[in-house]
Amino acid sequence: MGTITINGKKYEFTNEKNILTIIRNAGIEVPTLCYQPELSVFGACRLCTVEDDRGRCFASCSEEPRDGMVIYTHTERLRKHRKLIVELLLAAHCRDCTTCDKHGKCKLQHLAYQLGVNQVRFQNHREEMPVDFSSPSIVRDPNKCVLCGNCVRACSELQGIGVLGFAHRGTDAIVTPAFNRNMADTNCVACGQCRVVCPTGALTIHHNMTEVWQALGDKNTRVVAQIAPAVRVAVSEAFGLPKGENSIGKIVAALHRMGFDQVYDTIYSADLTIMEEAAEFLDRVANGGTLPLMTSCCPAWVKFVENEYPEFKPNISTCRSPQGMFSAVLKEYYRDEANAQGKKTVVVSIMPCTAKKMEAKRPDYHTFGEQDTDIVLTTKELIRMIDAHGINFEDLPSETCDMPFGLGSGGGVIFGTTGGVTEAVLRRLTEGKDPNELATIAECGVRGREGIREFTVPYNGIDVKICVASGLANAREVLESIKSGEKSYHFIEVMACPGGCVMGGGQPINGTKQVRRETRRQGLYNADRELVFKRPHENPLMDVFYNGPFKDKTHELLHTSHHE
Amino acid sequence: MLDASYYRKTDEIISRYVRDARSLIPIMQDIQAEYRYLPAELLSYVAKEIGITEAKAYSVATFYENFSFEAKGKYVIKVCDGTACHVRHSTPVLEALWKELGLSKKKHTTDDMLFTVETVSCLGACGLAPTMMVNDQVHPSMTPEKALALIEELRGKG
Repeated sequence: MGTITINGKKYEFTNEKNILTIIRNAGIEVPTLCYQPELSVFGACRLCTVEDDRGRCFASCSEEPRDGMVIYTHTERLRKHRKLIVELLLAAHCRDCTTCDKHGKCKLQHLAYQLGVNQVRFQNHREEMPVDFSSPSIVRDPNKCVLCGNCVRACSELQGIGVLGFAHRGTDAIVTPAFNRNMADTNCVACGQCRVVCPTGALTIHHNMTEVWQALGDKNTRVVAQIAPAVRVAVSEAFGLPKGENSIGKIVAALHRMGFDQVYDTIYSADLTIMEEAAEFLDRVANGGTLPLMTSCCPAWVKFVENEYPEFKPNISTCRSPQGMFSAVLKEYYRDEANAQGKKTVVVSIMPCTAKKMEAKRPDYHTFGEQDTDIVLTTKELIRMIDAHGINFEDLPSETCDMPFGLGSGGGVIFGTTGGVTEAVLRRLTEGKDPNELATIAECGVRGREGIREFTVPYNGIDVKICVASGLANAREVLESIKSGEKSYHFIEVMACPGGCVMGGGQPINGTKQVRRETRRQGLYNADRELVFKRPHENPLMDVFYNGPFKDKTHELLHTSHHE
Repeated sequence: MLDASYYRKTDEIISRYVRDARSLIPIMQDIQAEYRYLPAELLSYVAKEIGITEAKAYSVATFYENFSFEAKGKYVIKVCDGTACHVRHSTPVLEALWKELGLSKKKHTTDDMLFTVETVSCLGACGLAPTMMVNDQVHPSMTPEKALALIEELRGKG
């Protein structure tokens, strides 16, 4: 509590953890490379250094505010200081900006311009290190690393995994997996939270845009797209539209213009997921199956359990993820020559997620010996492709999805935020059409913002104990509490990224995390409100699926257990 | 994959300490004292046993010059390149050794596992500069010629 004077103006503060927070709350931007509000304070980059009235300089991220402090954020001395820091960083940095994946979004590049670093007076003595393309999800280029340690802390603090660490010392220091292994040879779950916090191009998405362009350019190939829920609320911000706006109609239109033959919405298969997962849950409850049932939609979470908690593998639902289900259904549909019409089919899924690229390659995401999802694009890649195709996204008229798989329910659309899968399952378990019923579900605790939420829902005479977690460090806490016998649940939903898929590793990064999370989450709840069908079983296409040509193949198409 | 005896020995070393992150360095020191280097497999094993990530253990092990993941030769030659030794021409001594043994800044140990050559920042014997150590023995006032003669002598001993 107290008052602090920043650049001659007084500001009140209460319990802010550092001066930097007060400065930013006052609307003043002080540059940082190593500061992330949700991670521990590191204080390595020194760019947030401020000066007090006695000429003392200190890093504002690691200084507690005191009543009566007088500080200056942009003095000539500080400007010189920041400029030198950036110049020194650039001296030991790859400067091929034009071909860098982070071009235009790189904090270092922006700072160099902002501070007027027009030349670098120092020679680069760092040896060039090989770029690691081994992971299907993340590319690691150590030559572009500024040693801010954001990825190291995100991986260990948010995800509780700790794949990356600092190695060596002084000018030889690098951020690397243990023993300088390739990312593919570590227990990385491919969530991409490291690349979300990376200020430069050292950690980027392993992109697959070229393959998609090639498929689109081939006349003998039918290119079919599916778009995940969280994508629709993250594209708009990249084109100057309101943050969190649902732009599914524009995305469908853009994909059609790029040459996609069929465009579908993953909420269709999210509905299938709920039908299957709810049935599996009721079956496990009725027949004494393994409980708690744990969701299987998030590939990073599934990989995490396989790596670190193999004893819980039987708890994971056998349902494929919505991506996996949709692709399997699409491929099966075009296996019929009448539908294929002599063309090869390539399924492209557009996901907010880097781990989906890894999931697509899993053996249990192959059906009848064929990989179901051919190419996975992240939201970031979609945005780049829209831009590259010369589409004026802002002015695009909305278009609807194609048929025969072009409908989905609100239950499917909220899959993209933490608690969404659970809420959709609960909707499935209610048959009534009473609108109050949906409100009751929404208020049972499923929509909270905490990393771990527990609540109980009465169903058929039992109190169903549910836990919803996002962030793998939180998931670990839940699993440990079950192992120790302290907690027991019937159903657990986990999304690896804190906040769920809307905050996925493949999403664009604009503004603060808090704003991104809130606007996108709200965007999905708004999208739910706009959809006619709220419950998965109200979707008329569910009936078509379960009674149509696929009715004998539901298990092969929708579950992993047949394809190990 | 290392022989099971290595893991038994490591278990014994770990049992001397609290199973905690803070025991990492003493455990690594004991392993290195045992084998004259720190086998990577054992570092991973220790990390798992004391409940820290491999990346963290690797981070600590690479931070300190003292730990080595490479098996070292029978004779570990430490050429001092501290300020005093450097100005009294330690570099020609080092280069003579490298040339004679086919080693370099990157390659520290001869293929026959007889010699390891490394530099250290100070042996604390600046009055004897340029200084060199072979295992625990200090050799003062080195010249390239004296160093090569010493190599011959050690080769004779095998």
